[in-house]
Amino acid sequence: MRLFDKAEFQFIDQRRRAYVASAGLIVVGIAAMIFNVVSIGSWQNYGVDFTGGSLIQVEFHEPTTAAQLRAALGGAQAPPITRFGEENDFTIRAPLEGDDIEAVAIRFDEQMATAFGSSAFTVVRTESVGPKIGAELERNAALAILFSFLLTMIYIAMRFELRFGLAAVIATLHDILITLGFLAFFKVEIALPTVAAILTIVGYSLNDTIVVFDRVRENLNAKGGRRQDPKELVNGSINETLPRTVLTSGTTLVVLLALLLVGGAVIRDFTFVLMLGVAVGTYSSIFVASPALLEIQKRFGDGTAGRERRKKRGAQTSTA
Amino acid sequence: MFNSIRARIIVILLAIGVSIGYLVTNQIKLGLDLQGGMHLVLEVDDPEETMTADARADAIDRAERILRTRIDEFGVEEPIIQKVGRERLIVELPGIGLNEENRAKNVIQQSAFLEFKLVLPVTALEAALARMDRQIVGALGIDSLRALGRDTEGPTTDIQNLIFGGEVPDSTGAQADSTGVENEAEEAEEEDQTVNLRPLTALLASGDVEGAYLVATEDVEIATQFLELPQVQRALPRNVSLHWEGELIGVGQRTYRRLMVTEENSFVTGDMLEDAIAQRDPQFNQAQVAFQFNRAGGRRFSNFTTQHIGDHIAIVLDDEIVSAPIVQDRIGASGVINMGNADISDAGDLALVLRAGALPAPLQIMEERTVGPSLGQDSIDRGRIAGIIGMVFVVVIMTLYYRVAGVLAVAALGVYLLLVLGGLAAFGFTLTLPGMAGLILSVGMAVDANVLIFERIREELILGRATRTAVDEGFAHALSAIVDANITTLITALILFQFGTGPVKGFAVTLAIGIVASFFSALYVTRSFFLIYLSGKKASDPISI
Repeated sequence: MRLFDKAEFQFIDQRRRAYVASAGLIVVGIAAMIFNVVSIGSWQNYGVDFTGGSLIQVEFHEPTTAAQLRAALGGAQAPPITRFGEENDFTIRAPLEGDDIEAVAIRFDEQMATAFGSSAFTVVRTESVGPKIGAELERNAALAILFSFLLTMIYIAMRFELRFGLAAVIATLHDILITLGFLAFFKVEIALPTVAAILTIVGYSLNDTIVVFDRVRENLNAKGGRRQDPKELVNGSINETLPRTVLTSGTTLVVLLALLLVGGAVIRDFTFVLMLGVAVGTYSSIFVASPALLEIQKRFGDGTAGRERRKKRGAQTSTA
Repeated sequence: MFNSIRARIIVILLAIGVSIGYLVTNQIKLGLDLQGGMHLVLEVDDPEETMTADARADAIDRAERILRTRIDEFGVEEPIIQKVGRERLIVELPGIGLNEENRAKNVIQQSAFLEFKLVLPVTALEAALARMDRQIVGALGIDSLRALGRDTEGPTTDIQNLIFGGEVPDSTGAQADSTGVENEAEEAEEEDQTVNLRPLTALLASGDVEGAYLVATEDVEIATQFLELPQVQRALPRNVSLHWEGELIGVGQRTYRRLMVTEENSFVTGDMLEDAIAQRDPQFNQAQVAFQFNRAGGRRFSNFTTQHIGDHIAIVLDDEIVSAPIVQDRIGASGVINMGNADISDAGDLALVLRAGALPAPLQIMEERTVGPSLGQDSIDRGRIAGIIGMVFVVVIMTLYYRVAGVLAVAALGVYLLLVLGGLAAFGFTLTLPGMAGLILSVGMAVDANVLIFERIREELILGRATRTAVDEGFAHALSAIVDANITTLITALILFQFGTGPVKGFAVTLAIGIVASFFSALYVTRSFFLIYLSGKKASDPISI
């Protein structure tokens, strides 16, 4: 059995449609971000990790509704309460009150004990984050993404050619934009692991792009490769790697799906972001990275000036 | 030398053996999100930045050592106390559940600065009270005092008159009628009025013991606010300081706290303690901490008490008076702190922090995460199920699609998993919840390397190469893609490790180990299995791929 044996899809010819689709998704995402700024005051639904504040996860031993819990915590003034996974599990999120970062959690505990009795529930998780930590986290996340861009671009430029590096970064940027758009659209809470998930997407997307580019590089360095029509060469490379692309992405998505369905509520958002990233990353290595490579070449040439130098190194890479 | 089949089998068996060995002896450490526990981020409490960065860094260094002692004695297994940067400490206490968290936090945060001070008669403060009142009015302004409902004039109630023996300072009584609600009064007049305001004095009732004022419980907060004003601190007489007593006392229907006048300089401090243990007072069965001074401390203590028989001595812990016993006789090198009705475990904690020593500066909790053990166990169970389901999917897909070659890849994947887990155990890395997700994700990515190789072998076979040549070519050509793809992912993992904290670091570590292991498993283990598979065949025999 072989999927997409000798496939000859005209991916590159479809690039304009792909551009429109990508642009559409990005525009919707940015609109969602702007909408969020207006409605909730922040472009993403930042969790307590970033904004500072407290998160309390409580498990009731008897059937309890969110409304009952809300009433216990001050009715109309109660902080946002969401059901979390199981029937009687809830999370409560609240901003900081004063200097003592644990004050809120302690107050909730007391209020719940008054309303339900202290044996009616178990607090299974509390997270309290001061404002200083949150601000640092946001800066670190941005720095991490920036550095991973820079380093991988340098690596790809060294191993391939500069235009490959640029194209890979464009595709990755595209993936991150679309993912952030999705997150904004669905108001997925951005927590510490979400940042890890976004960076993993960076890694995965690059991984996928590199496999296609590796084939482009190989075909380019093959006999007569440089004289071939670049469009056909790239399109051919995509088709040649298509079985691998589909199989790998498929397996990864299936594994992540298992995690999404049975992994539990704590990890759900994290897995969702990863799945999204794998899907978008696969799409972008075919429809964004490869066309970007051609567009860069069309505008700035294929870097023939450095060909002699590369030939020497190319000889090393192809035998590596 | 590692390329003969025999050598390859030995290397692989060795890798498996070492991994299993590490797994058996070291066990994988679980992150707090999986086993439950408390994670704290601490900094020196210095919001106004009155200390220099060096002073803060030095305080953190010393706090780290003291906390290590305290936490060891508190009885937490495998705690982590780690400096992050120069001015921050991370404390991780596995197994500390939500019921113990307050005790644990107390043991960590309590400065435990113990001082012994001489109690002074209230007359030592009296002369300065008017000056302190003026400073409060000057610092806060009449408007904010009015807003607080504290534009009170001199003492009005009988009990307060007792302090001054009914003799109210001149200015207070004279203008009493004209003050109050007259908002339209002219500036000059208003300034005059301020002279008569006695915001602090009005809160003080005469005390029941030597050197004490009583302050009604509901007024304690505002009085503290007044006393903390720097201007008021400066207005205190030389070598006089004020301390609250910890316990409340009831007088009739109302409760009060004592505000005690003491010398500012302590005659002996907690750093001269040699030992402290919790015990029960045999007479009243109350919790107390018995302490023992070292030689120098004992000498000072006994000299001082000899000269002050009949006086009160305040035992001050973190600026608050624990008790102020009267000196009956010369006291030697030991004493007790009475804890009233407190739990014996509280006394134990106090003894513990006193033994470990005082923190050089108060610490502030910047971040706290506590996960109950039940939630952690739930995450482990769910992760395990998800992992098993995911693995089953991978096995089915690979064997259906690649047949015998798929089976080889699955076997290599088994080796891969053992290597990753063994690696986590060997290097003592912690497995966190995102780390577990990373592990499951990396299975998907480990498959990728095999897929790259197999697809390449298929292509070579389609091109008409002989089986053995096709396999060799397949491995050779897939190499560059595998190397480049893995290295870029590794770069991301390293950056995550550098910038991430806690669970994210765990994720990065798992991802990085996974990448290295998948490299070995795909390029060496799968290759070896292939060689074994091919060894019985002729070069041109078909293979199942």
